[in-house]
Amino acid sequence: MKDALNENDPRKAWMGLLAKAPAGRVAALLGAAISRPAFTWLRAPEIGSTMVRARAGATGAPFNLGEMTVTRCALTLETGEVGHGYIQGRRKADAEVAALVDALMQTAMASSLRTAVLDPLKTEMTTVRVARAAKAAATKVDFFTMTRGED
Amino acid sequence: MYVAVKGGERAIENAHAWLAEERRGNTDIAELSIAQIREQLSLAVNRVMAEGSLYDPDLAALAIKQARGDLIEAIFLIRAYRTTLPRFGASEPVDTGAMACNRRISATFKDLPGGQVLGPTFDYTHRLLDFKLAADGDPPKAPTRDAQLGDVPHVTEFLNREGLIEEATHDDTPPPDLTREPLEMPADRALRLQALTRADEGFTLGLAYSTQRGYGRNHAFVGELRIGSVPVEMEIPELGFAIEIGEVTLTECETVNQFTGSKTEPPQFTRGYGLVFGQTERKAISMALVDRALRWEELGEDNVGAPAQDAEFVLYHADNIQATGFLEHIKLPHYVDFQSELELVRKLRREAEAQQLQEAAE
Amino acid sequence: MQANTLSGGFADPAIGSAHAFRSVMEAMARPGTIQNIDGATPPAPLSPATGAVLLTLCDTETPVYLASDVNCAAVKAWLSFHTGAPLVGPSHCMFAVGTWDALAPLSTYPIGTSEYPDRSATLIVECPELAASGATMTGPGIKEQAALSLPEVEAFRSNRMLFPLGLDFIFTSGDRIAALPRTTHVSAPMGATKVS
Repeated sequence: MKDALNENDPRKAWMGLLAKAPAGRVAALLGAAISRPAFTWLRAPEIGSTMVRARAGATGAPFNLGEMTVTRCALTLETGEVGHGYIQGRRKADAEVAALVDALMQTAMASSLRTAVLDPLKTEMTTVRVARAAKAAATKVDFFTMTRGED
Repeated sequence: MYVAVKGGERAIENAHAWLAEERRGNTDIAELSIAQIREQLSLAVNRVMAEGSLYDPDLAALAIKQARGDLIEAIFLIRAYRTTLPRFGASEPVDTGAMACNRRISATFKDLPGGQVLGPTFDYTHRLLDFKLAADGDPPKAPTRDAQLGDVPHVTEFLNREGLIEEATHDDTPPPDLTREPLEMPADRALRLQALTRADEGFTLGLAYSTQRGYGRNHAFVGELRIGSVPVEMEIPELGFAIEIGEVTLTECETVNQFTGSKTEPPQFTRGYGLVFGQTERKAISMALVDRALRWEELGEDNVGAPAQDAEFVLYHADNIQATGFLEHIKLPHYVDFQSELELVRKLRREAEAQQLQEAAE
Repeated sequence: MQANTLSGGFADPAIGSAHAFRSVMEAMARPGTIQNIDGATPPAPLSPATGAVLLTLCDTETPVYLASDVNCAAVKAWLSFHTGAPLVGPSHCMFAVGTWDALAPLSTYPIGTSEYPDRSATLIVECPELAASGATMTGPGIKEQAALSLPEVEAFRSNRMLFPLGLDFIFTSGDRIAALPRTTHVSAPMGATKVS
C-alpha cells in the first residue's frame, strides 16, 4: 500500500486523501474547524469520467479497463490561492469542499487544517482499511501437513 | 406498397405507466432503496459496472432498480448514461501489485508469500438454501486477525525469476479505445482486453468453458486470483502532476498455461490475463482463458479453428448491448420490409401455380 | 499557477458551449456567413472568438497545435485548464490555431484517410478582420454565391481538389467567426485587387 503522506509532494498527498474521503466527511470536519471563507469559481463543479487504464499481465502494455465517474471543480480564494478538487463519484458538494481545503492548505491555515481535517481523515480511512485487512487475514489458510509421501 | 403510419403515442405512454407500476410491485411491500441494492445485491451491481464499463456503484444500483433487475437492461442504461459524460482524461495504469486484497488465492503454489486468503467467497459454501435469510436478523460479526498492510507480490513474479514464464514486458504505448474508434480487425491485445473486460459474462464464460473442453485447449491453471481495491491516479494537466482521484475494486486473474514451445518461443509457461471492475471472479477467470486462447498467433501456436481462437467471432459477439440491440430490434415494426417479402412470396406462388397448371394441361 | 490564466471560461459551460456550437455549426453549414460567438475571454493573443471555438470543440481527446505566437505560456495554461487538450505538432493535430502566415505550410496537416476522411485537421485562423467581400465562394450551403475576406485563394482551391479528404477552416476575428469547409469552391474576387 502506498502511504500517501510519505510522498514527496504534500499537495499530491492531501489531494489524494480528499479524493478518497467518504461522502460528506470533509465538509463535516472542515465545518467543525472553521467557517468557510469566500471564494470565486474558476470552474463550477462538473461531473465527468476518467478512463481507468491497467496493464496486460499487470506489468505489460496498457489497455483501457473502463471509466469511472469523477467530479471536479476549481476555485480561487479572495487572497488568490487556487484550489482544485478532483474526486471520485458524482458529488458536487464534496468536490467544492475538497477544492476549498486544497486552496486553504496553501495559506497560513495549513497546519491547523492538517490537524483538524487531514489527520483525522487519514486516521479514519486507515482504520477502515485495517479493519478490512483484519477480516481478510482471518480467512488466510493455515495448512497442516498430515503425512509426507516421501518418508 | 408503402404505407406511412403514425400513432401509438397513447399506447406507449400507458405502457410506460404500467411498467412503472409493475416495477414498484405490490405497494404493501416496502420499496427498495438504491443503497439497499448497492449494499445487498453488490455482485449484480458489480456486473453492471463491469459490463456497463462505468465504475459508479450508486448509478449501477439505480439502473438495476429501473431495469427491474434485468441486468442487461441495466447495463444498457449505464452505457447510455456513460456517453453523456465529458471525459476528463485517462488514468495512469493501475498497479494491481499495490492492491489492498480482500481475497488472494493461487491454484499453483500452496505456500506463497502473503498466503492463501479466501476472502468473502461462495467457494466452500454447501450451496444449500439458507432459510435463515428469509427471516430478519443481522449476521454475526466476521472474525478478524492481526493484519499487515503492504503490497502483495504477484505469483507470476516467482516463475519469472526462473525465466519459466513469458514476461509481460513493460510498455507505454497509448492503448486504442473501442469506445472512441470502431473495433477493427486485427485487434491488438490491448483492444481485445478492453473488449473482453466489458464483454457479456455468460458469453465469455461459455467460450472459456469451450477451451477447457477441448476447443482450443490451453491447459490453464489459475496462477493467481485477487480481489481488492486499488487507487486510481490521474495526471491533472492544470497541476502538472498526477494525483489519486479515487479507488476502484477490481478482480484480477492471471492464468499460467502449459506451453510446449513453438517455432518462435521456447517451452515455458504462458499467461492469460483477466481484470474486471468489481468482485467479478467468474468473469475475470473466463476473460483470462479467452485472452490466452486469442493469443495463439503471437505465440506461434496452430489455429485449430476453435471459436475462442477467432478474434473476430469473439470480439464482435461479446458485447451484450450490441447483441441485444440487434436481436431485439427485429420485434419492432418491420411492416414495410415484410410487405415486400409478402409480395414476393405471393408472386412466386402465383408463378409456381401457373407453372403447375400449364404442366397439368400439357 | 495564477488564477487569472484560469478564468475566462464560459460562465455556464453547458449553455455557453451550446450557443457557441450553434455559431460554429451555422458558420460551417453556410460557408461565408459571419456569425457572432462570445462567452470566452482567453488570454492574448487569442481572440474571444478563437477562445470560444476552442472551449466548444476541444477536450482531452483532441490534440491541438498552437502556431508561433499563440504558443505562449498563458495560452497553454488556459487551454489545458479549460479543455485538457494535449498540445502536439502540426502533423498530429485535430485543431490548429494561429494566424494564416503562422499556420503555413498547409501540407503538414492531416487531411484524413479514404476510410476516415474525418480524421483531418480543422484550422482556426486568427484574422485581422472578417468582411463579406473578397474571394467568391460557391458550393453546398451557399445559395448562389458568397464572398469572404479570405487570406488567399489558391490554398483553398488546392484543398478543394483533395475532396473528400482535406482541411476545414474557421476564421476568427474579435467576436466573429466564418468558416470554409472542404466542400466549398473558392475563386478569385471578381475585379477586386488582392485581399490581404
